[in-house]
Amino acid sequence: MSTARRGKRHLDLEAVRARLAGGNGRDYWRSLEKLAETEEFNALLRRELPRQMAAFGHAVTRRELLKLAGIALALTVLPGCTRRPAEEILPYARPPEDLAGDRPLFYATAMALNGSALGLLVESHEGRPTKVEGNPRHPASLGGTDAFAQALVYTLYDPDRSRAVLNRGRVSSWAAFLADLRGRMAAQRARKGAGLRILTETVTSPTLADQLHGLLAEFSGARWHRFDPLAPDNLRAGARMAFGGYVDTQYRFDRADVVLSLDADFLSWPPGHVRYARDFTLKRRVRAGVRTMNRLYVVEPAPTITGAMADHRLPLRPTHIERFARAVARALGIQAASGEVPELSPEDTPVFSALVEDLQAHRGSGLIVAGRQQPPIVHALAHAMNQALGNAGVTVIYTDPVEADPVEHLGSLQALVEDMAAGRVEELIIVGGNPVYTAPADLQFAEHLARVPSRVHQSLYEDETSALCSWHVPAAHELEAWSDARAYDGTVSIIQPLIAPLYGGKTAHELVAALLGHPRSSYEIVREFWKSQHRTADFEQYWRGALHEGVIAGTALPPKSVSLRADFAVSESHGRQASVRPGEEGLEVVFSPDPTIWDGCFANNAWLQELPKPLTKLTWDNAALLGPQTAERLDLHNEEVVELHYHGRTLRAPVLILPGHAAGAVTLPLGYGRTHGGRIATGQGFNAYTLRRSDALWFDSGLEIRKTGERHRLALTHDHHRMEGRDLIQVSTFKHFRERLHIVHGSVTEEQRLPSLYPGFSYKEGYAWGMAVDLNACIGCNACVVACQAENNVPTVGKTQVMIGREMHWLRVDRYYVGDLDRPNTYFEPALCMHCENAPCELVCPVGATNHSDEGLNQMIYNRCVGTRYCSNNCPYKVRRFNFLQFADVTTPSLQLMYNPDVTVRARGVMEKCTYCVQRIQGGKIRAEEENRRVHDGEIKTACQQACPAEAIIFGDLNDPNSRVAQLRAQPHSYALLAELNTQPRTTYLARIRNPNPKIEPE
Amino acid sequence: MRPRPDRLGPEISAKPSVMAPGLTYASVSDQLSSLVLERPASRGWMIGFGIGLVLVMVLLYAVTYLFTTGVGIWGIAMPVAWGFAITNFVWWIGIGHAGTLISAILLLMRLHWRTSIARFAEAMTVFAVANAALFPLLHLGRPWRFYYILPYPNVMGLWPQFRSPLVWDFFAVMTYFTVSLIFWYTGMVPDLATVRDRAKGRFSRIVYGFLASGWRGSTIHWRRYETVYWLLALLATPLVVSVHSIVSLDFAVAIVPGWHTTIFPPYFVAGAIFSGLAMVLVLTIPLRKYYGLDNLITKMHLDNMAKLMLVTGLIVTYAYAQDAFMGWYSGNPFERYENLNRAFGPYAAVYWATLVCNVLSPLPLWFKRVRQNIPALMVISILVLVGMWLERFMIIVVSLHRDYLPSAWGMFSPTIWDWAVLWGVIGLFIVYFFLFIRYLPMISMAETRRLIHDLQPTGEER
Repeated sequence: MSTARRGKRHLDLEAVRARLAGGNGRDYWRSLEKLAETEEFNALLRRELPRQMAAFGHAVTRRELLKLAGIALALTVLPGCTRRPAEEILPYARPPEDLAGDRPLFYATAMALNGSALGLLVESHEGRPTKVEGNPRHPASLGGTDAFAQALVYTLYDPDRSRAVLNRGRVSSWAAFLADLRGRMAAQRARKGAGLRILTETVTSPTLADQLHGLLAEFSGARWHRFDPLAPDNLRAGARMAFGGYVDTQYRFDRADVVLSLDADFLSWPPGHVRYARDFTLKRRVRAGVRTMNRLYVVEPAPTITGAMADHRLPLRPTHIERFARAVARALGIQAASGEVPELSPEDTPVFSALVEDLQAHRGSGLIVAGRQQPPIVHALAHAMNQALGNAGVTVIYTDPVEADPVEHLGSLQALVEDMAAGRVEELIIVGGNPVYTAPADLQFAEHLARVPSRVHQSLYEDETSALCSWHVPAAHELEAWSDARAYDGTVSIIQPLIAPLYGGKTAHELVAALLGHPRSSYEIVREFWKSQHRTADFEQYWRGALHEGVIAGTALPPKSVSLRADFAVSESHGRQASVRPGEEGLEVVFSPDPTIWDGCFANNAWLQELPKPLTKLTWDNAALLGPQTAERLDLHNEEVVELHYHGRTLRAPVLILPGHAAGAVTLPLGYGRTHGGRIATGQGFNAYTLRRSDALWFDSGLEIRKTGERHRLALTHDHHRMEGRDLIQVSTFKHFRERLHIVHGSVTEEQRLPSLYPGFSYKEGYAWGMAVDLNACIGCNACVVACQAENNVPTVGKTQVMIGREMHWLRVDRYYVGDLDRPNTYFEPALCMHCENAPCELVCPVGATNHSDEGLNQMIYNRCVGTRYCSNNCPYKVRRFNFLQFADVTTPSLQLMYNPDVTVRARGVMEKCTYCVQRIQGGKIRAEEENRRVHDGEIKTACQQACPAEAIIFGDLNDPNSRVAQLRAQPHSYALLAELNTQPRTTYLARIRNPNPKIEPE
Repeated sequence: MRPRPDRLGPEISAKPSVMAPGLTYASVSDQLSSLVLERPASRGWMIGFGIGLVLVMVLLYAVTYLFTTGVGIWGIAMPVAWGFAITNFVWWIGIGHAGTLISAILLLMRLHWRTSIARFAEAMTVFAVANAALFPLLHLGRPWRFYYILPYPNVMGLWPQFRSPLVWDFFAVMTYFTVSLIFWYTGMVPDLATVRDRAKGRFSRIVYGFLASGWRGSTIHWRRYETVYWLLALLATPLVVSVHSIVSLDFAVAIVPGWHTTIFPPYFVAGAIFSGLAMVLVLTIPLRKYYGLDNLITKMHLDNMAKLMLVTGLIVTYAYAQDAFMGWYSGNPFERYENLNRAFGPYAAVYWATLVCNVLSPLPLWFKRVRQNIPALMVISILVLVGMWLERFMIIVVSLHRDYLPSAWGMFSPTIWDWAVLWGVIGLFIVYFFLFIRYLPMISMAETRRLIHDLQPTGEER
């Protein structure tokens, strides 16, 4: 090395050092930032590093080592500075008008799942959306939400979301995309768009529909295809069969006394499921003096939460449900229901006849709901039965379809695939969705897609479809985008963003506008559309009202009167699914959306992946679900990997035995087995779509199972099904309750206070917080669990930790089975901290880190906790959670934004548990104190309570005898869990009350 | 003046039970002090010490990883939030008890045979308690905040929560450790002086001289020494009962089925002495073989300890029977289930192994032939040690894994780090003990000389 070069380099480093030495504090960083940007410094680094790398070849001198260390330091420090803006930052000297200190603001918006909107209120802390609540003014929500809505913020901040426009896998830009698109669209324009195809999911957005209509008008040769893997095609075809045209069906569970569900999981499937949960449980709020309660019959193959609510549930293989529906229809006098008379099993016969009588006895207050997995004929029969029983117009409301330009999606996709195969598609624009992953396997969508010369895909993640497309455009998340969507009843909500797109995502509106050659912001597009719909002078007021309320008044679709087609007749065969070959008792395969990650669109959401599925309590995986009988017959055990053979295709899946699953059928939840789409999504579970065929989207016979002798471990949070004869969920019947009222023990009203060594607490003044959980209303949907997670910064821990038992959910929903394993009664019980009066945990903590507040809260002081875990051992309810490792993610920048600033993020080594959302209690008390009053009843809602679609959780002040919680506690069927331990819990339960048909279950 | 043992003392005659015939003051002093001063580190010692040291390295590695990563490296989870650490804690504390029993209670009862084994039994107590005291620290979620458990004055006015048995535990263990250490050291002072006087190297003379704290063997020294030693023995005696009673309250105070029972204090004390005697035997047998101490530690010692072990074993058996009976008789469904689950649940093997080790294996000790058969004693003692460890595991883990709500039931399986800490601490004990036998007189010379005096033909043995 020559002296001159050494001298030169030395000088450079001197200069750098001099500049670094020049500042301190913020200036120091800023000058370093500037340094990094200067040409000289970059040149220095470029020059230095290769040579220093070479220096390792020979002995490093002391000087060189010091220099290397210096550069290493500079390079380590620089990335650490990037979170600080280089620009001048200023505090709010005069804060923006609507920024009230550190108090959160709430904005009304909506999310769409399968196109169906759920109105939301989103909590924003200084511009960061942190928590989603239901919009009480939105008809699909009424304030409730589901688990998907609660997990929305995780997807927003998901660090794995697509962050850049990609051109054939390489990072490009929106501008480059537009430039490329312009040329190709010009070519299409010349041919009137003959080679242009758009593929969307279910579209209910009036704005997007209008844009697409505009596009189709301009490009008359173009086609708009739709595919949603869970699309209600059967419902459409059934309506056509019964009424001769498409109609949507809405249900009024609040008016129905007897409900028959034919494989319809109306409590968890959109559209309308959140509202339906509210309406349905309204009829089950049994209190002293209540004279009526609804009765639910469910016929289904795989257990669902709707089935768990049933008073009578028949597990039937999917192909038998049609037969059952025919039998009911015939017994109800539907002449059209011709065909063979099904043979029912001896257990089912009494249920069947009692059901028919019950339906007949409740004309106009009965309701028959058919599931969208069931073939059109079942829908048609349900329509005919509802008409015949006078339920139509009362409990069943018909409207025009909510979907814009309704089609049968499968046919639409098939037409697209045909065009692709024939080479007629030159330009395919896939707006959202992931058809490469979700399309039926026999259509070979991916293979045909490869023939399309230009393929554009817009989505939240770089998924399987993006990987095969020439252009990938990152989509804006619903909390980042302007849009609109219709609810189950047609009500339109404007979707307004809470935050600017984190990764430069684009909305469908912007993409379509770009196709039309007028790139505009989605705000302009949506606003202009609504301006065109509302051409009066008061538009501004109208627009602000719509944004404020979260709904556009008067947009609900009017009821439509329909009548059965005169020639309505159900003949023998309606397609393949209906053709049940008698006597065939082979295995049937059933496809169902996964209860937590749905069709796969939530696969990268850690909250939903770790959310125990309502019935199986499985996390981070899917499994081939089958009933105990089937497992016994095939000699299968939990976690055993089997090979599923179906129509020449093979899939390997672990087995999970699910009590109550119909014999002879295997349910394969969709949505897992992803190969692209984020670090969390990929590599979990198996992909059931690979077995799904276009001629049997939902179920089929012809499945074969082969053992492999391998084992795949599943992470279950709950591996014991029975109550072991303990009265943990107290159950009675409605008849019993009306006659005797006192059906529980450990009742709170009895006030059996056992003596205690220590003096009690006095709550004469102030508040005494308490909670009541109505087990009769709890549908086990898990919305509360995710709500708690979002509100309280509860970390996820991953599959291996869940397997050991270290999941951190403060609130879990216990699930127990009672009775025969093949047809059990299923009960849910949300378990959270009971805030005991005599809390066993408080007694044993050596440092007093868990103690009793003067309002009766059992509180955790994280800073004081040393982590002996004694409190958890002594908690009979086992609701305490311990940070065995550093579970909370404190390093991923985007996840930092997600945290609720009102709640401490816990570090490793401390215990945590439900606080009754103490931050909300304090907030409510502060508001009340500012107004010099007591807190009103219902003013403070815990996160679980607010999320609950069924209003099963009530929180309030026990000192106020008129509060709802005090009144529920005084109900005769209110009881404390494990009351015999004298813990005197603040959380009490209302017993689960069934309403069995006395003809089926005589007392 | 210290006693000059050279031929001044009498030779004891043929009374072979407490010590071999032919021992004199001088021969005892020569034999025992030479173990410390003259005998070079043997190959056996080096191997044993080396094994201990390797295990200590494992422990250091495991503890470093533990402190940097968290207690999640162990198998503990919900609902089994206590696992190996607390099992080890209770086990080690229990082991200590036999040392105090032998050195203090038997002293007060003036049982001569304690003399030969008291010193190293006490050493065992000190090391076992020191080991035990590690675990409450290691098992904390935030060990760097351990001092929150101490009652120290602070500006926040915060005190420990005195209703918690863990606070009582802290006091009990610290008291026990302090008293045991002082008792051990005080008893050693005259011997240290002997070693000092015989030491040749300058370094060892300084060290032993320092440790002997100016002992000259004057009558007034002996008088004060005797008074203090007896007082300390009196002080240590209640600790034999109280410490493990308090440790048992960690469980008995809690409402976990399988823990919440009043029999625990006596049950734990008996179990403690049971396991401690087993440990003393496990240490005695090789010591007397490899250091040629069978003239001082005779079969009578082994026989007596075996008898004590049998008695405490029977008490433990009674406690097991009572525990099972009360579980059933209480009519409490949770207690009943707990008992059935112990015997027939997923951890049934632990239960039955405990019974075999602690109930069946001591039964042959009814026979003198077995009590005097050294290999048999060794095997039984090891079985008892294993059995008592399993019993602690059963009480802690098996009770926790299925308590009140079946929805929250779970399993515990130890990780490699659980085992590393378990064996690492055993290694620490080995290191302590090997250093002790190498550098400190492992049998009290002063007391043995006195015993020789007492055993003169004119005196009455026992």
